[in-house]
Amino acid sequence: MEIKVLGPGCANCHKMEELARTAVKELGIEATVVKITDIGEIAMNGILSTPGLMVNGKIKHSGKPLPSLEKAKELIKTEA
Amino acid sequence: MLKEFADYLTYTLLKLEPASHLGDALNFFIYDTLKIFLLLTTIVYAVAILRAYFPPEKTKRILSHKREYIGNIMAALLGIVTPFCSCSAVPLFIGFVEAGVPLGVTFSFLISSPMVNEIALIMLWGLFGWKIALIYTGTGVVLAVLSGIVIGKLKMEKYVQDYVWEIKVGAGEIVQTTFREKLVYARDYTAELLKRICPYVIIGIALGGIVHGYIPTDFVVKYAGRDNPLAVLVAVLIGIPLYSNAAGMIPVVQALVGKGMAMGTVLAFMMSVTAISFPEAVILKNVLKMRLIYTFFGIVTVGIIIIGYLFNAIL
Repeated sequence: MEIKVLGPGCANCHKMEELARTAVKELGIEATVVKITDIGEIAMNGILSTPGLMVNGKIKHSGKPLPSLEKAKELIKTEA
Repeated sequence: MLKEFADYLTYTLLKLEPASHLGDALNFFIYDTLKIFLLLTTIVYAVAILRAYFPPEKTKRILSHKREYIGNIMAALLGIVTPFCSCSAVPLFIGFVEAGVPLGVTFSFLISSPMVNEIALIMLWGLFGWKIALIYTGTGVVLAVLSGIVIGKLKMEKYVQDYVWEIKVGAGEIVQTTFREKLVYARDYTAELLKRICPYVIIGIALGGIVHGYIPTDFVVKYAGRDNPLAVLVAVLIGIPLYSNAAGMIPVVQALVGKGMAMGTVLAFMMSVTAISFPEAVILKNVLKMRLIYTFFGIVTVGIIIIGYLFNAIL
């Protein structure tokens, strides 16, 4: 499974990355977490508000406020 | 009821003299803080539920390939309800332009979104009454529509960074949410927003209290009153570098109005605080060439100054 965290590097983007990694660890699944910081690439993925979370190429969350850890796990599980 | 509570706290519990500077300032501070936070919490929550129905993806789809005029009007109105943070201005701009939202229409959105927001509205409503809040909203939308139309007419597409036109955006599906999830969103949104603006509001109200209790009326009337023709200009220029403190500015401004600051000057100042900011210019440099940024800021600044003089003349 591939998880993408998209954000140019704001505080919330870092939090989102941590959240995704924690969620993966707690779910005990095989997944790579990639951080995308290039603005052009963020836009190319169809994210309009950062931070964005994509799982297997599908947008699961975008913008503030961030999802809770439980919610993040749920979002990731939908593609597992 | 809030008034009685503030009176009780300052004059009965703390035993301050109602006519004293300190008593006056503290009473003003307690009353305003309570009122503002009550209004903020309830209305921000209600607006956040509404916002949950207008994610930027949906707004983009609505505005895609819209004609000018009608597109500008819709963009300015959608700017009010679509959640927007200037930190996301770049991906949003690229997404809009790439989806075929005309440049001028995109600007109408970018101008109205930060300017006409619930924080400014609540603060204006709570401290100046609903008429001023409504005037601010109305003129804000008109300013966003007209500025967007002008930018569209100027045909400035070549001043968008070249790479923007080459980006191909994916389908960008809209994340579907249930009503329950929208409520969670609204709760988190409200909590985050209150946490962020809380210090500004309290400092602003405290400063307002000091102005209210200590700054002499003659002084304010002389410099910020209706008869000083430069007041609007100076207020707008002061407002440009002040950013994200809109919530904190209004209580100070309210105290100044009590001492004779003219209402048009107040509106112009508020608009320049919310609509134009240096951090936003730095962010927009990623997608716009300087000439378009100057044009954008120039048009909006001139518009705000006109609004200031206009309302100083009629209010």
